[in-house]
Amino acid sequence: MQSINRHYNILDFAIASLLRRKGKNLALLTIYTLIVALIASLIFFVQALKREAAALLQDAPDIVVQRLMAGRQDLIGLENIDRIAAIRGVSEVTPRRWGYYYDPVFGANYTVMADAKLAPQAGMATVGLGVAKNQRIGPGDIFTLTAADNSLILLNLEKALPFESELLAADMILLNPADFGKLFAFPANAATDLAVTVANPREMVTIANKIVETVPGSRPIMKSEIIRTYDAIFDWRGGMMLLVLAAALLSFVIFAWDKATGLSAEERRETGILKSIGWETGDILLLKFWEGTAISLTAFLTGVIMAYIHVFFFSAPLFAAALKGWAVLYPAFHLKPFIDPYQLSTLFFLTVLPYTAATILPSWLAASADADSAMRS
Amino acid sequence: MIDLFEVSRIFNAGKPNQFTALDRVSLTINRGELTILKGPSGSGKTTLLSLIGCMGRPTSGRIRLNGIKTSFMPAAEASQELDISSLPERFLTEIRRNNFGFIFQQFNLVRGISVLENVMLPAYPGGEKFDTFRSRALTLLDNFGISQKSATRVELLSGGEMQRVAIARALINQPEVIIADEPTAHLDSKLSIEFMKLITGFRQAGKTVIIASHDPIVYGEPLADRVIEMRDGQMVTGQS
Repeated sequence: MQSINRHYNILDFAIASLLRRKGKNLALLTIYTLIVALIASLIFFVQALKREAAALLQDAPDIVVQRLMAGRQDLIGLENIDRIAAIRGVSEVTPRRWGYYYDPVFGANYTVMADAKLAPQAGMATVGLGVAKNQRIGPGDIFTLTAADNSLILLNLEKALPFESELLAADMILLNPADFGKLFAFPANAATDLAVTVANPREMVTIANKIVETVPGSRPIMKSEIIRTYDAIFDWRGGMMLLVLAAALLSFVIFAWDKATGLSAEERRETGILKSIGWETGDILLLKFWEGTAISLTAFLTGVIMAYIHVFFFSAPLFAAALKGWAVLYPAFHLKPFIDPYQLSTLFFLTVLPYTAATILPSWLAASADADSAMRS
Repeated sequence: MIDLFEVSRIFNAGKPNQFTALDRVSLTINRGELTILKGPSGSGKTTLLSLIGCMGRPTSGRIRLNGIKTSFMPAAEASQELDISSLPERFLTEIRRNNFGFIFQQFNLVRGISVLENVMLPAYPGGEKFDTFRSRALTLLDNFGISQKSATRVELLSGGEMQRVAIARALINQPEVIIADEPTAHLDSKLSIEFMKLITGFRQAGKTVIIASHDPIVYGEPLADRVIEMRDGQMVTGQS
């Protein structure tokens, strides 16, 4: 009980002590909190994006087979479907027709897709919310796309895409195969790529190798590779942002280091007084520990809460442009809240501990002085 | 209560700037006595006070205390003599906190915090309940007639008020011994006389009081049990 009282009493004094330099400590707390909030936002945002993308890619085909021509992706002939389907372990092969359409009026790139299962009727289209917003159209409205032969294709908007996440579907236009063929002058006996479903995921690599043998000039891309690429892209974008933040972070580190380590003459005098009236070196270190912890923990908790609100309630307006990666069509979506305890602990150890340590160390040197120094001041 | 035998204190021993602040001082101070150390600056008064008050350890010689409160010594042994000459800092601090109250020349109050917080300062690390020592501090402030200033920051006080806060702080842990180092150095004669009245009151209440001063108002105090004159680290008169 005595030990708890001691902690409680010293914490009480630590707070009174911090309040003495209200302006300075408040400024420090504000900058510290903003830094934590920015970094935590970045962590939350990248993690949530990765999860969002991974959740969506769960429905992606096990293997996507593309054809390469002179090292570039080319259309793949439908005759390859039967050849791949004949490989043992392949349960389904579906041709996919998709491409990009540049809309010069709105300066946006759309992903146009013709899916046999999801395709609307001829003359109808289903679009992602980003496209609908960009074209300012709603269900029942008519919009046009310019075909490869410069003729206009009139399309009636059926609905917005019913995808779980808008992240990957914001810029999508889903067409009937006939309209798709007309739009791009797409040959009827070809597809952009083939989606291959594999019965046993462990055979994926073997099957991918067999596809290369069976269809010369093909490039099979496995789902794991797609997920890894997305992770890498988001990590890279997160890293870029972190680099931008590094300058701010560095200035804060210098500021905090200076504040925490620069024990003023007044603080040294106080340490002497405390020792002379019966405080042990350990008591003074405890006082400094609570002072440092009060600042750093408050900044950490407030920063993390601010980041949570910024990312999961307001969809991270500060980072959206840099991190989502859409040039024109920003997906308007709310990320599902997700916190990675490992990353949060890392942030804790990188922010709270160094500051607290930087506060304690110089005080330890001052507190080790003889108690009678106060008598001689 | 306090026994010093051949106590010396040498600063920077073995270095070119070696300085002997205290030279083989032997002294006995009995419980409830008012002892005054007088002498010019550099005579060793402050060093002697700091050694008696467990703020440092002597270079040689023995200091023994009798009847002191500690948590590391069984209650049964409390009445026995304890040699503090070579105790580790942790034990010295505890003895200092529980048995000695200090009044410094500059008062040594902590700026920026309130009068009440300053008075409570020595009690914070003791592990006592906050409310208990807070009410004791308020009583002390009331006794010294400054309770109305309890929330005021100390730097806004007058010299006399600061002095009373310093005295209240010295008494917060209910010490047996009160040590004052040049307590009237920054006070006018009227305040110095008031201070001595308070001090003699402590002596009459049974507390042991040791004061170092070269102020005639202090060393001329008629109720003093002993006035020890010091010079060059040695006791000149008043030897026991």
